[in-house]
Amino acid sequence: MKLNSVKEILASVHKGETTAADWAKASLDAVRKVDGELEAFLTVDEDAALSRAEATTADQGGLAGVPYALKDNICTQGMLTTAASRILENYIPPYNATVANLLNDAGGVLIGKTNLDEFAMGSTTETSAFKKTKNPYAKGRVPGGSSGGSAAAVAAGIVPFALGSDTGGSIRQPAAFCGVFGLKPTYGRVSRYGLIAFASSLDQIGPFTNTAEDAAIVMNAISGYDQYDSTSAKVEHEDFTQDLGLGVKGLRIGIVRNLPEEGLNPAVKQAVDAAIHKLEGEGATVVEVDLPHSEYAVATYYLIAPAEASSNLSRYDGVRFGRRAEAKSMIDMFEQSRSQGFGMEVKRRIIIGTYALSSGYYDAYYKRAQQMRTLIRRDYEKAFEQCDVILMPTTPTTAFPFGEKSDDPLAMYLNDIYTIPANLAGIPGASVPCGFVDGLPVGLQVLAKPFAERTILRVAHAYEQVRDFSWPQPELGVAE
Amino acid sequence: MNYETIIGLEVHVELKTETKIFCGCKNDSNSEPNTNVCPVCMGHPGALPVLNRQAVELALRAATALNCTINQQSKFDRKNYFYPDSPKGYQISQFDKPIGEHGYIEIEVGGEKKRIGITRLHLEEDAGKSTHAPDGSHTLVDFNRTGVPLIEIVSEPDIRTPEEARLYLEALKSIMQYCDVSDCKMEEGSLRCDANVSLRPVGETKFGNKAELKNMNSFRNVQRGLEYEVERQTAVYEEGGEVVQETRRFDEATQTTISMRSKEEAHDYRYFPEPDLVDLAIDDAWLNRVRAELPELPLAKRTRYEQELGLPAYDAGVLTADPLVAQYYERVIAENVDAKAASNWVMSDILGGLNNEGKSPAECPISPENLAGLIQEVSSGKISSKQARDVFKTMWETGKSASAIIKEQGMEQISDASVLGPILDEVLAKNEKSVADYKGGKDRALGALVGQVMKATKGKANPALVNQLLIEKIQAL
Repeated sequence: MKLNSVKEILASVHKGETTAADWAKASLDAVRKVDGELEAFLTVDEDAALSRAEATTADQGGLAGVPYALKDNICTQGMLTTAASRILENYIPPYNATVANLLNDAGGVLIGKTNLDEFAMGSTTETSAFKKTKNPYAKGRVPGGSSGGSAAAVAAGIVPFALGSDTGGSIRQPAAFCGVFGLKPTYGRVSRYGLIAFASSLDQIGPFTNTAEDAAIVMNAISGYDQYDSTSAKVEHEDFTQDLGLGVKGLRIGIVRNLPEEGLNPAVKQAVDAAIHKLEGEGATVVEVDLPHSEYAVATYYLIAPAEASSNLSRYDGVRFGRRAEAKSMIDMFEQSRSQGFGMEVKRRIIIGTYALSSGYYDAYYKRAQQMRTLIRRDYEKAFEQCDVILMPTTPTTAFPFGEKSDDPLAMYLNDIYTIPANLAGIPGASVPCGFVDGLPVGLQVLAKPFAERTILRVAHAYEQVRDFSWPQPELGVAE
Repeated sequence: MNYETIIGLEVHVELKTETKIFCGCKNDSNSEPNTNVCPVCMGHPGALPVLNRQAVELALRAATALNCTINQQSKFDRKNYFYPDSPKGYQISQFDKPIGEHGYIEIEVGGEKKRIGITRLHLEEDAGKSTHAPDGSHTLVDFNRTGVPLIEIVSEPDIRTPEEARLYLEALKSIMQYCDVSDCKMEEGSLRCDANVSLRPVGETKFGNKAELKNMNSFRNVQRGLEYEVERQTAVYEEGGEVVQETRRFDEATQTTISMRSKEEAHDYRYFPEPDLVDLAIDDAWLNRVRAELPELPLAKRTRYEQELGLPAYDAGVLTADPLVAQYYERVIAENVDAKAASNWVMSDILGGLNNEGKSPAECPISPENLAGLIQEVSSGKISSKQARDVFKTMWETGKSASAIIKEQGMEQISDASVLGPILDEVLAKNEKSVADYKGGKDRALGALVGQVMKATKGKANPALVNQLLIEKIQAL
């Protein structure tokens, strides 16, 4: 039983060849077999998964019988949700995130919660307080982050899909590093209710799958307006699979003139160029577009995201839930709980964000960053007047070894150079595997204008049909 | 040197919505602790706020009633600070785009009308209640109040005396009650007031250092706190000192103010736009509807009472201060009774009775219609004013109508000359001396004769008629 296709599992369950329970057992077996070394999961509740599977009928919904995993910053009622932080090591939410409810309703079976960078702050999943998730294609290397656990779980064949969250590339970058498909939807497309906030104006939940088509099926289940999230968009419900077969003939592919190439691995560039060439061969035309403010994206992001984070993380004070330190006074209790509960990277960002919002610095930092954000958004609006999608590498490099950038936050932050602008502009973006360099996956990033996920999925799907590089077996994964 | 007092007030008013401002929890802080709570108002990870339209409606109504310019494009901001009763570590408030700005309240000081400017009115959420153990061992927090909608109303520094401050608060409370946005019970915390007070030499245009006064839980205490503070600051200046910019707490026991903390340690609240909420847009239709639905406000009502009903200014002021009283009064006069007579009854007997029993006008045991009935019984001469007091007492106790009580107790006044005639004759016959005295010019003697008639009729004789008949009869003797 191969756990690599949502579409095939659905078909099999629907035909009555297999049951939800069969797939849940297979997935739990895979966890046992692989996850000891992979360390993608923080929590696996076998009993809950099996009883949920037993209760699932073949016609329950759009994901009937499909096992899945959730990044551990998505709240699950009655099930540990830690955001990979000591400060929430014992936190059991009293409610479900909207996406968790939607997936349950659609008949999905939750296998477990996946590892991440603490509070989704990181690009390697190394800042997790609990586990060191490996890249399935190279166990000495990082899976990317912050949704590293979800990406690795799908890449290793443990679950056919998993949800992650993307604030500056946290879905697309690990998708690229782990050789899976990852989609960050338009800001507001998927409810954030129950997603433990990192940076509220940038966070967006999205799926990891093996194909664009599977992502479309998952999107059908999780997207839509939610009355509990004021920032969710009131748009018509649509069928994300609708345009998959349309091909790319006549579509205009934008490639960015003067794309910053600092640190870009030439082999990665080559793989991406080859993929663009393939799509041209399928009838797409290539146009050059300008994104003049791209070079400011990382700086802009590292003011806005920490500023929002510094405020979002204020609620972890030891009073109502989570870790509480023993202390002599109230203020001391706050300080000790937070000092002991948060890791280094989280503290670094709280400090940056607090500084950026401080009186006297607000105008110079936060306000300027917001102005730059508007300029970056306009760049994309203009660019999408000339093209339907913009293609570029998801990341400048392939997965790097553990520890390589842990002590150099600037080098680490530059890894997000191609993914960050989509979050600032609120546009959708995906990463599609487009080759391997030295046995490591490379991701092609596909961006489109707001609410044009269908165009992204259409281009990615068309590319998946014609890509022809050789795909190695993962080192860590369910043997085929 | 002569000093001028500069006072500005910051008032928080709890809005009486059904539910809290950002979640579906009941707006009721008096329930068992921590029963009206949910992941949103407890600040659980991942929970998000959703703006309650009713809170906006009430804030809009209040801002309109306070003559504010409405910002139809408004937004929310986060005010960041740590405290156990602030579950998110920030309060959702409005920083640079409050829902209302540039309003005013008109008050009357010594017969002169004066406008006090309102700088801004904004919407925000309330915090919970912390109870610290006296020994410092622990703090208990009740989150029922967390997320209760508040409006903060900031006045311009236009207030010049502690008395004006009290008058401003009374007028504000009255307007809020008229708009039905809040109970405004200061003792229960549904209206809270902080005051900024400073002095400057008369003629000076720059402001002096101000003290921010907190913890005044009644209008009276606001006035007292300010009076104390004016005295204290005057003394500091007169001794050649400098007033320290600081927060001071009013101490009820000593009727003084005590320094809490110096402003130098003031928080940097790191305000920034709340990313979990979209901007608040109030369209023309909404605003126009609120404006159209605004009830007659106290000042307009007061003027109308004076001009149309001919009431003295004092009566008009008393009757219009509380909308429930005005409502009661208007129902009384709707029954076509004399406006001044009705005013007298409502101001002294009804309000006195309610005050004694700590009841609100809504709980008045005598319905306005029944009070009007009583007034009519007097004006038609069926009972005397003196009898009316007794009837009123019974009405208060039983809730019955005046006519029913008059009938039950046989109190109906005797106004029939043919019935009174024989009784008068008998009284005159028995009191020859009084008759002689009266004839001899002692007017007082008539009173004694009336008294005898009243005694004989057990007080039921119509005194005016008795008077008239007696004089006629004596003259005919």
